[in-house]
Amino acid sequence: MAFFLETLFGGLMAGMLYSLVALGFVLIFKASGVFNFAQGAMVLVAALAMARFSEWFPMWFGFENMFLANLLAFAAATVFMFLLAWLIERLVLRHLVNQEGVTLLMATLGITYFIDGFGQTIFGSDIYKIDVGMPKEPIFVLDSIFEGGVLVNQEDVVAAVIAALLVAALSLFFQKTATGRALRAVADDHQAAQSIGIPLNRIWVIVWCVAGITALVAGIIWGSKLGVQFSLTTVALRALPVIILGGLTSVPGAIIGGLIIGVGEKLSEVYLGPLVGGGIEIWFAYMLALVFLLFRPQGLFGEKIIDRV
Amino acid sequence: MFYRENGQFKTSYRADQQIFPITQDRIAILAIVAFAAVGVPLLVDEYLYRAILIPFLILSLAALGVNILVGYCGQISLGSGAFMAVGAYMAYNTYIRVDGMPLIVALLSGGFFATLVGMVFGIPSLRVKGLYLAVATLAAQFFCDWAFLRVGWFTNNNASGSVSVSDLTVLGWTINTPMDKYLFCLGFLLVFGLLAKNLVRSAIGREWMAIRDMDVAAAVIGIRPMYAKLSAFAVSSFIVGVAGALWGFIHLGSWEPAAFSIDRSFQLLFMVIIGGMGSIMGSFFGAGFIVVLPIFLNQVLPAVGELFGVTISTATVSHAEYMVFGSLIVWFLIVEPHGLAKLWSVGKQKLRLWPFPH
Amino acid sequence: MSKKIGDVILDVQHISLRFGGVKALTDISFNVREHEVRAIIGPNGAGKSSMLNCINGVYTPTEGSIMFRGQTFSHMNSRQVAEMGIARTFQNLALFKGMSVIDNIMTGRNLRIKSNLFLQALRVGPAQAEEERHREFVEHIIDFLEIQAHRKTPVGQLPYGLQKRVDLGRALAMEPQVLLLDEPMAGMNLEEKQDMSRFILDVNDEFGTTIVLIEHDMGVVMDISDRVVVLDYGKKIGDGTPDEVRNNEEVIQAYLGTSH
Repeated sequence: MAFFLETLFGGLMAGMLYSLVALGFVLIFKASGVFNFAQGAMVLVAALAMARFSEWFPMWFGFENMFLANLLAFAAATVFMFLLAWLIERLVLRHLVNQEGVTLLMATLGITYFIDGFGQTIFGSDIYKIDVGMPKEPIFVLDSIFEGGVLVNQEDVVAAVIAALLVAALSLFFQKTATGRALRAVADDHQAAQSIGIPLNRIWVIVWCVAGITALVAGIIWGSKLGVQFSLTTVALRALPVIILGGLTSVPGAIIGGLIIGVGEKLSEVYLGPLVGGGIEIWFAYMLALVFLLFRPQGLFGEKIIDRV
Repeated sequence: MFYRENGQFKTSYRADQQIFPITQDRIAILAIVAFAAVGVPLLVDEYLYRAILIPFLILSLAALGVNILVGYCGQISLGSGAFMAVGAYMAYNTYIRVDGMPLIVALLSGGFFATLVGMVFGIPSLRVKGLYLAVATLAAQFFCDWAFLRVGWFTNNNASGSVSVSDLTVLGWTINTPMDKYLFCLGFLLVFGLLAKNLVRSAIGREWMAIRDMDVAAAVIGIRPMYAKLSAFAVSSFIVGVAGALWGFIHLGSWEPAAFSIDRSFQLLFMVIIGGMGSIMGSFFGAGFIVVLPIFLNQVLPAVGELFGVTISTATVSHAEYMVFGSLIVWFLIVEPHGLAKLWSVGKQKLRLWPFPH
Repeated sequence: MSKKIGDVILDVQHISLRFGGVKALTDISFNVREHEVRAIIGPNGAGKSSMLNCINGVYTPTEGSIMFRGQTFSHMNSRQVAEMGIARTFQNLALFKGMSVIDNIMTGRNLRIKSNLFLQALRVGPAQAEEERHREFVEHIIDFLEIQAHRKTPVGQLPYGLQKRVDLGRALAMEPQVLLLDEPMAGMNLEEKQDMSRFILDVNDEFGTTIVLIEHDMGVVMDISDRVVVLDYGKKIGDGTPDEVRNNEEVIQAYLGTSH
């Protein structure tokens, strides 16, 4: 039983990482109707930026304080992500305003590949560390109920708290601010929003910047836990089933979807895996998404997809 | 001046419906095919076969299949690598498990099984499209990745996880030199190219394009979306499966699932986008471009680097490849969504008027 | 008029259509007789296109039924409708933008093409002959609509008026018994309207096709229709010959606009 709980917690924590990446997808889609396949790549490049800047700044400016290094690195990485967002809007999105979804999807595929090459050219392709002072020691909880207690990673708990704060902040932003309202208008109908004076281009830059920050936070948490190396399969592609489950337009959906996928993956690997040769993690999430696509494409919390003649 | 239709009158619908109605085009195509079949073997060395020509032929075939699904029928697919894998592994199993199985039948059987798998994973297209469909096809990709890695039957329980074939013969002709392989693949490409071209200009091709352009209106005319979409998946997967079988048997000789990973799926999709969606010609352009580009970059970038005194590592070249691919995809989608094929046909239009400006 | 108007072939019975809280159509009933030209008119938003969409199977009515040639349906299925011989054009031109004019109109022949996939791939014998036969039929339509010069042009590149003709051509290719035309003359100038009216009347005359027509131009409606249905806010407020409808108080109010 204790083992089951450990697997469960492990799954929840892994799922939360997926949720953080999925959050960026949902944000951009909610606000601009663009499905940004490149979100995963953005998480990775943000993490890379953070990792390398925190390594380089002490070298370049000759100081030793880790906290200062991380702070400066965070600032630099944020600027980097903003620049990236601005460039993407300027060079790509602006020119594809009225194209259908499929074209935009493929454009973001292209952007993914570009960021892949670009990020690694600038920051390198080895594995790098991020050390933001997350507690690495595991702790044992519930040792009154289970002998020896249940192993829980403190780092994961801290990450969960950060993620929750991030989600709360984003929800507030969308629901309570004028900019948030404008973003929702744009997501609904680009042309209508434009015709009432919402500056489309500026809004999109804002959206992508917000997504960029989310990517950075997600990247730091991932990177802190697993080390940073550019690998799309590990990150970006894992988040897609999450949004199918949760619903492309739902922030809570991204969280819950992520948790479900995370738990599902771990449990199925541990309990079903041995029956079929193991390694089913790579497709479990996707097959689950496939089932949803057949019976409830809008996911648990998304809006129904309507086609108009 | 040379490329005019003056004097070429069509007196029957049949004549008007030919694949190449303009005489100059017909001559040009026959010349190219003749050159490919006879001229190339006389001129080319082994490296060129292995590095460029054979991959080009096989990937053109695969791109053709993907184009039918994505370009003509508008169903996005990120799982083509998986269908190639099904083709390769099932062809392998048919070949080694059935005594005396002819090579061509084995390859086609690979295509057949790929068709089945393609139709199954195509079922979501009846419910969803766009990104959602892309996710469904990714499910196919990852599932097949796992199946060919972990399910022993596919690899004949081979301990190393990879499979290989040898001694390929067709009706007494042994295929072992690069030239043999090249001609074998060329044969497949020409046959499938013709069949595909026939399909896209017939009723089924129009159905596919109708679904792509406006599926609600298509239903109102009496087109059955289910039949159109599943047939697109079926035909596309068949061609991609055969290409996969060729890739494994002829080009690689021995392979593992990694040969058909998601990178392959992206590569095929990029070929279709860059080459031209909804164009048979475009598949060839795209394949050629993507096969040649890495080799080109590999030669050119280090040379350019040396000019500036910078050594460019292979890792950097491969990153550069990714950057070039990514930017080209975006560039084409913005500037010429119909890809190289459109640029080609615009060029031909200009040629019709040449030497006059308009 | 020398033409013979036949019995009722299409009967719309108590159709209501609701989208969530919005009542698009409320208890609409009217019939259409064979060989006649029946116009549906009404101010914008009256529900005219929704009505056609119900007949066509694009929408499923919340209540009511539709009778066609003696068979009653609670909702229509698009393909079934096409097979039964009802074709339509669209207000917003649902043309296949990526295909040429010929190909667009050829799609209308799809129901009648019998060769299967394999024969089409090989393109021999029966498949080739069939393709030629249908091409010939489509060429007649192209002649009829006077768009020969634009055969091979991708439809997306044609001016609006010509696109509307292609839309009509595609519907005609289905050899329909009933033709539903959704604002076929929207956005046209006087000459184009005259051409289009001529085409519609020719189709009605030569082939005896029953026409159900949504149109805003009163002149056209009064001129070419045999009977008229008037909708307003999803309800039927008039039904009769053009003269009867012209003098109907409610109809006049609806168009001139008084407080409801």
